[in-house]
This record gives sequence, structure tokens and C-alpha cells, in this order.
Amino acid sequence: MTMVFGIPLGVLLGQLLLGLINGAFYALLSLGLAIIFGLLRIINFAHGAQYMLGAFAAVLGLNYLGLNYWVALIVAPLLVGALGMLIERGLLRRIAGEDHLYGLLLTFGLALIVEGCFVKLFGVSGASYPMPELLKGGYNLGFMFLPTYRAWVVVAALVVCLLTWYMIERTRLGSYLRAGTENPKLMQAFGINVPLLITLTYGYGAALAAFAGVLAAPIYSVTPTMGANLLIVVFAVVVIGGMGSIMGAIVTGLAMGLIEGLTKVIYPEAANTIVFLVMVLVLLVRPAGLFGKET
Amino acid sequence: MNLFQKTASTILATSLIASAAQAQLSDDEIRIGYLADMSGTYRDLSGPGGLEALQMAVEDFGGQIDGKKIVIFSADDLNKPDVGASTVRQWVDERNVDMVTGLVASSVVLAASQVVEQAGKLALISGAAASSITNEYCSPNHIHWTYDSYALANGTAKAVLANGGKSWFILTADYAFGHAMEADITKVVKADGGSVLGTVRHPFPSSDFSSYILQAQGSGADVIALANAGADTVNSLMTASQFGVTQSGQKLAGMVVFLNDIHAMGLDVTQGLMLTTGWYWDLNEETRAWSKRYEDRFGSKPGMVPAGIYSATLHYLNAVKASGSDEAQAVRTQMMATPVNDMFAKNGKIRADGRMVHDMYLAQVKTPAESKGEWDLYKIVRTIPGDEAFRPLAASQCKLLSQN
Amino acid sequence: MTNLHIKQDSPVLPPQVVRERQQAAQRRKLWFYLALFGVALVAPLAVYPIFLMKLLCFALFACAFNLLLGYAGLLSFGHAAFFATGGYITGYLLSEYSGLGTELGILAGTLASAVLGLLFGLLAIRRQGIYFAMITLALAQLVFFIFVQAPFTGGENGLQGVPRGQLLGLFDLNDNLTLYYFVLAVFIVGFAVIQRTIHSPYGQVLKAIRENEPRAISLGYNVDAHKLLAFVISATLTGLAGSTKTVVFQLASLTDAHWHMSGEVILMTLLGGVGTVLGPVVGASVVVTLQSYLSNGPLGEWVHVILGVIFVTCVLLFRVGIVGWVLKLAKRNF
Repeated sequence: MTMVFGIPLGVLLGQLLLGLINGAFYALLSLGLAIIFGLLRIINFAHGAQYMLGAFAAVLGLNYLGLNYWVALIVAPLLVGALGMLIERGLLRRIAGEDHLYGLLLTFGLALIVEGCFVKLFGVSGASYPMPELLKGGYNLGFMFLPTYRAWVVVAALVVCLLTWYMIERTRLGSYLRAGTENPKLMQAFGINVPLLITLTYGYGAALAAFAGVLAAPIYSVTPTMGANLLIVVFAVVVIGGMGSIMGAIVTGLAMGLIEGLTKVIYPEAANTIVFLVMVLVLLVRPAGLFGKET
Repeated sequence: MNLFQKTASTILATSLIASAAQAQLSDDEIRIGYLADMSGTYRDLSGPGGLEALQMAVEDFGGQIDGKKIVIFSADDLNKPDVGASTVRQWVDERNVDMVTGLVASSVVLAASQVVEQAGKLALISGAAASSITNEYCSPNHIHWTYDSYALANGTAKAVLANGGKSWFILTADYAFGHAMEADITKVVKADGGSVLGTVRHPFPSSDFSSYILQAQGSGADVIALANAGADTVNSLMTASQFGVTQSGQKLAGMVVFLNDIHAMGLDVTQGLMLTTGWYWDLNEETRAWSKRYEDRFGSKPGMVPAGIYSATLHYLNAVKASGSDEAQAVRTQMMATPVNDMFAKNGKIRADGRMVHDMYLAQVKTPAESKGEWDLYKIVRTIPGDEAFRPLAASQCKLLSQN
Repeated sequence: MTNLHIKQDSPVLPPQVVRERQQAAQRRKLWFYLALFGVALVAPLAVYPIFLMKLLCFALFACAFNLLLGYAGLLSFGHAAFFATGGYITGYLLSEYSGLGTELGILAGTLASAVLGLLFGLLAIRRQGIYFAMITLALAQLVFFIFVQAPFTGGENGLQGVPRGQLLGLFDLNDNLTLYYFVLAVFIVGFAVIQRTIHSPYGQVLKAIRENEPRAISLGYNVDAHKLLAFVISATLTGLAGSTKTVVFQLASLTDAHWHMSGEVILMTLLGGVGTVLGPVVGASVVVTLQSYLSNGPLGEWVHVILGVIFVTCVLLFRVGIVGWVLKLAKRNF
């Protein structure tokens, strides 16, 4: 068998594919963070909690209302997005214009509250979510067995990411958004409802997190702390990509998935740490991240 | 201010009482501290549920010993060793707590038991898995009650080997506990003529296990052993089921799997899994009756840890009554002299190294078709006699043993 | 700016009234600190000493952090690394070399943190704002990884049973009260260093950099060097706090190195009041008291929720922190 880095080629391919799947998750989560940071200048520490809420919405919707996976995939992001808009209107708006730090702390506090309440209500062992019938099973690729659901995750995540990118970079609404990021006061003067734009943006970011949560529900155990551990990695991804850069978040998300995948074979102990090593190296060379603009 | 006043008055009260009477039962009260994770990772293993079991034990005992009240204090250790250690220190310094129980995360347990040893009190450890508690960290001031990592690894690995799983791949959580588990499994496998084809150490905690499962699949081993715990084990098992590990003929062996984990994952994912447990609610009439009471109070069936807490507390209270003292060594001697006979253990005995030796059970997770209810999860395959289940004294490094 | 060229041969003294007011304020401050010191001396009679020591350690940690955030305007998200390094080094040395005096152990831990601080600082100091926070976070995560992997830290079990030892070979620190006064002394030294730094000309330059960095550069100050020094001082004192905590609890563990610890110290500082002298002390006291009170009570299961509510209220209503708010009230009413 052909060897690459001392690893059989087949194994390597399998690991890279898995890395790509994880990368799709990272991309989806970091995209939401990047959008929120771009317009609100807030580091959304509640992102992990919103991801968790999406997964729980799917589980509860199935158990209590009998909503199936496909409905949950639409409803959960809508619900969490609406909740996000409420949070923005009710709380985040009050600290607009203050130091970054306060937004970070406020959202961190919110995450603590939500996660704490869910621990009290549902315990920490969490719940499981059945695989949707349509996506059960898998394909034998020769070098590995690929579960259908994982393939679906990549497709769904990438489609949503690219749609979001298209919306922001190529549509009128997106141009408002980008302009709002550059100069909110001027936009306001042009008669654009910037506060509404901000609310929608935060809601959309939260909805993206919830969407990722529903995608994750059938493959990971759904627990109140499932987002907290992921959050810090996703942050790193956003920073490496350049805060606020949409394409940066997507590309870096995928790339980090691949790098992490390789690390899991070569030096698995460091799999959680590699992303930070990359971050240090990138920031030393490019202080504003790979795709960020120097300010 | 309230806290300060209370603290001040407690100091005053304890010092007065302590000096006034060298009574057999200090302060005319039996004081028990319950230290566990009430809000974090191990909450469902032994948080509020363990406290409920402790309260049941005290109530079943009548709430008092010869007119001396039994008082319970409880605290959340937040899984932080410094919080655990300082809580216990405060308990013994200010409230003169006689016994501490619960005790889950191994780092907290080691920190807390050090304080207990210095203060000359007693700790009855039920939640923690690390077998080092009665090995290199053994102490005359603690007893390890419910289970330990050695018994789990040993019981499960032997059973799986006996069923024909000769070549192994071990998935290890990269921390001291995982390493110890890996070493225990390797020893058992090699002793029984099996071989370990490979290991992979994943960071703790991890969320995605697909890469490691793929490596395990690629190894071609008969058995994939999971030397991790909690959410890591749950996610490993879920991933394994998605990647068709069992369909391709490989077996999974979870080393540290609890009832609440199986309940959370559901039988679809876990069916057929072999595991070792210290106790199960559906063993016999007695366990069913007790579990029914527990469920009526708490809302879910008890796992082995709350049951162990109940058993340990009851045995402790009996020993206090019998010896007429709450001095740690007197009680411990009494506890060692009496076999443990309750709904948790039959003829359990406490060894010199502080290990409570009792029968363990090899269980297999039922299929959805076999299960008759939400909590009908295990079928007991075999009872592992206590002497076979736990680390033999001959192989122990415990310092207490060499003294004799 | 226009009178910059005017040379003053003799210092112009402020008017008599202003001077008297300043002196009165100075006196009041002195009395206030003396009163605080008095309270600290008798506190262990009323309050559990180990609790007080924990409080002092975290207060010093928060003060050191505040030096960086409040006076140099640098938000570090990696201070847990210094806290833990101090703790681990001290813990390891005291456990391995039984003859070693506790003061030397603490000194070694503090030094190690200083060196690490210099390293972090050199790598991070040129980054601004959020990127500075993130690079310190990343570096701290690397340090965390090293502590998980290194054999001497005892992995997740941590270093247990670190002997408290003797101070200068004279005082037995196993006695809680003796140890308390030692920890109090350590805290006062740390606190004094910070005070001295803030009120020195160097501290004024730091403030100038915080307020307007380009102007400070154009005035000819070596901004990076100033920031770096502040970072190293902060890291050193954080290490001192971590070392002392290890001696108090006789253990060092991974919780100290986890990024949550970095977050906790930010919370303490903000809650008390960023850039105020006593803010971090008050903030640390509130958080530590709350944690120990909640975890012991029936509200134990709600610890995280309550902390979250405090965060949110603090950010929405008390952005200046408790001390900042009190000062504001005092200014309005007197």
C-alpha cells in the first residue's frame, strides 16, 4: 500500500474525509460568529449555548410534539433565531457602543444561565436523537465506511455556508450589511434601518448555530454542555480566519477540520491543542488573521 | 454577614462543646458531609441522587443513634480539587464532621481524602473509579465502597476474552485515569493469551470520535475497548454504532459505563454491550423494593453509586452504634469486623487497604426487543465473586499492608 | 500644548487650599488603609482562615490582572497559565525537596511565571485588542497542554499533599493562623508593588498609552517596552498568587490552568471595577464568597445560573463595577 507520512494512503484518505466533515461543522459555527462580530462587534459567547439549544429543540420537538428531523431542521433555527433577536433587542442593544469586553461578558453570562437551567432540567447525561430513516446506513468507499448521515452533514453545512456567503457578498441586503459593518452612521443617514439589520444579523447568527445543533443531534450525545467545549475551538477558527471575514471563517473552518484530522492520526494527544498552535503561528505572521484586514 | 455570624458562632459552639465533654459521640451528634458534583459532568452519576440515597439511609436508621441526632451537610465540589479540599477542611475544622461521603471526581477525592486523613476523620468513597485510591493513595481514613477501575476493566476484559475476543484495540482518554485503565486492560488481555494490536490516546474531553473509531476499525482487532468515561464513552459508542463497527464483526467493550449513560444513549446504540457493574436495581426482590422507594422520591432508578452510598452510610451508622463512638479508627475497626449485608452487597468485607470487597456483576445491555421498560436495560450474565473482581492484596502497593 | 516650551525654574505650587485638600484626602486614604489592615489582622478570629487565605490569593490575582487591564488597557485571556505555573512549580519543588523553605518555593514559582510572562509578552504585545486577547488565550492553551502531558504535574489528579513547610526555617506554616499572616504579608507586598507601579511616572505613561497610543508613540515613548514591562509585572504577581494558593491548599491542579480560570479573573475584576485600586479585591471577595456560600447551600445546583445572572446584571447595570459605582455615588453626594 502507498504510504504518506508513514500512514497508509487509504487510512489517510479516510481521516481527511472525516476531517472535512468536522470542518464543515466548524465552518457553520464560525460563520455565525463571524457574521455577528462583523456587524455587532460582539464576541458571541452564547454561540455554544445556541448550538445546544438547537439540538435540544430537535430532541424536545420529537419527544413532545412528534416533529420529525426535517421539520426540526427548519423550526429549531427559527425558534433559536427568534430568541436571539429577543436577546439582541432586550439586552445586547443596551451595551451597543461599549467596549467589546462587555458584549463578551454579557453573552457569557447568558450562556451560563441557559446551560445551568438545562443541567437542572435535563441532567448532564443528556439525550439521544434517533437517526432519520432516510439517512441511515452508509457507503463502503473501499478505504472506509462512510455513514450516509455524515455525508449529508457536509453537504447541508456547505450549502448553507455558501448560500450565506452569496447572500452577504452578492445581494442588496448583503451590501447593506457590509456597508453597515464599515460605517453604521452613514448607513443610518441613507435611511437604512440599521438597528433592524443588527437584530436580524444576530438572529441569523443564532439560527446558524441552532442549525448546526440539529445537524449534530443524531451523531453526538445531546447534553447541556455540548456547546461549551466546542465554543473555544470555534473562536480560534474565527480568529485564524480573521474576525468578521465570512469567507475566512468558512475556509478556515474546513482547513482546521483537515489539520485536526491529520493530528488525530499523527499525534492524537494534541488534537484539541493543534488549533491553538496554528492560531499562535498565524497571528505572529498575519496579525489580523488569514483573511482579516489590518485596522 | 449572615455567613460570618454563623461561622463565628459555630467556631464558638464547637470549641465549647469539644472542651466541655470528651463524650463518646463528639458534639452529641453524628455529622455526615456529602461532597459531590451537583452541577457539572458527574452530576447524574452521583449528584443530587447520591444525596437522596444518603438521606434515605439516615431516615431508615431512624435519624438518630441512642438519642444523638444524625446531621447531614452537603456541598458541591464543582469538580475542583481546591474547592473540595477547602470544603472538607471547613467541615472538619468548624463543624466537626465525622464522616464524608459521595466523593466522585478522582482529583477531588484525592484532595479531600488527604484532608480527612490529616484530621483523623473517615471518608467513604462511593463515586470515584480510580483504583489508586486503595493502592498508592491508600489511607487508614478512607474506604472505597462501590466499584473501582480495576474491577471494571478486569471483569469486562476477562468476559470478553472468554467469549473469543483475542486481539484488542484500546481507545484511551489521555489522562492518568485512562492510562491506568489501559494498563489494567493490557495486563488482563496478555495474561489470558490475547494481544493488544494498538492504542490511541485522545484528549480529554473530546467531542468527535470518528477518527479514532476509524483507526480502531482499520486495526482489524476483534475488540475495541473504551478506556474512557462519561460523555467520552457515550460519544465513542454512538460513533461506533454509526460507523457500523458491530456489523463488521468487531466487538465493543466499555470499561466505565453507568446506568445513566446507557439510559441516555438508548438501547438502539448500546445493545449487546458488555459491562461490569457493582450493583443493578433489578437483581432481586430486595434491590427492586429499595429502588422503587428511591424512584418514588427521586424520579429515576438508582445506579450503583447512590446504592453504594446508601449501603456505606448504613454500615457506618451501624458501626457507630455498635462501637458507641464516632472516632474514626474505632468505627473503621468495627466496620471491618462486620460483614456488609444489605440490599447492595452480600457478605461484603472491608480489606486492610480500605477496599470494600463484594460481588460484581457482568452485564450485557438488552436489545430493544428484550427490554420491558424505560429502565429495563441490563441482563446479568454472571456474578463475579468479590475476591476475583478486585485487585488482589498481593499485587497491592498500599503502604498499610507492609506495616503488618 | 501651547505652554510646553515654557521652562519652569521653580515648581509652581498649587494654591494653599488645594494642597490642604489633597493632604486631607491623603490622610483619609491612609486611615482607610490602616482600618482595612486592622480588619485583616483580626479577621481570622471571626472568619475561617483558609477561606480568608483563598480570598487573599484570588484578590492578589485579580489585582495583578487589573494592573494590565485597568492601567495598560490590555485584556489578557491567558492569565490562568501564570497562575497555574506558579502553583505547579512551587508545588513540585516543595514536594520533591523537603528541606526547601516555603519562601524559596514560592519565589521559584513566581520567577517561573515571570519568565513565562516575558515569553508570552514578547509574542503577544504587538497585537491589538481582541487579537491580543486571543493570542494570550492560545498561548495559555498550549501551556495547559504541556501541563496535561508533563509527568510532574500528576495529570488530572494534580499535585496532591504539597507540604506547607517552614517559613525561613522559623515559623511552622502548618498552623492555619501563622499561614494566614504569612499570606496576608504576601498580599500586602503584592498590593504595594502594584500601587507603587500605578503611581510612579511609569504608571502615568501606561495610562497615557491606554488613553491614546498613537500620541504616546509620537511623544517618543517606547510603547511596546512599557506594555511588555506591565505584562511581566502582572504575570509575576499572578504567579505569586498561584504559588501562595498552592501552599494554602497543598495542591495544584489543572483547574488553575483551564481557560475558565482566565475567565473567572476577568469577572472578578469587572465586577469590582476595572481600573480602581480596590475593585479587584472587592470583586474577588464577592465571587469567592458567593461560590463557597452557594456550593454549600441548597442553591448548590444553581451556582452557574446565579453566576450568569450576576454577569448579566453587572454588565447591564454596573458597568463601572461595585467600587466604581460606590465612588460615583460618593462623588455625587460629597
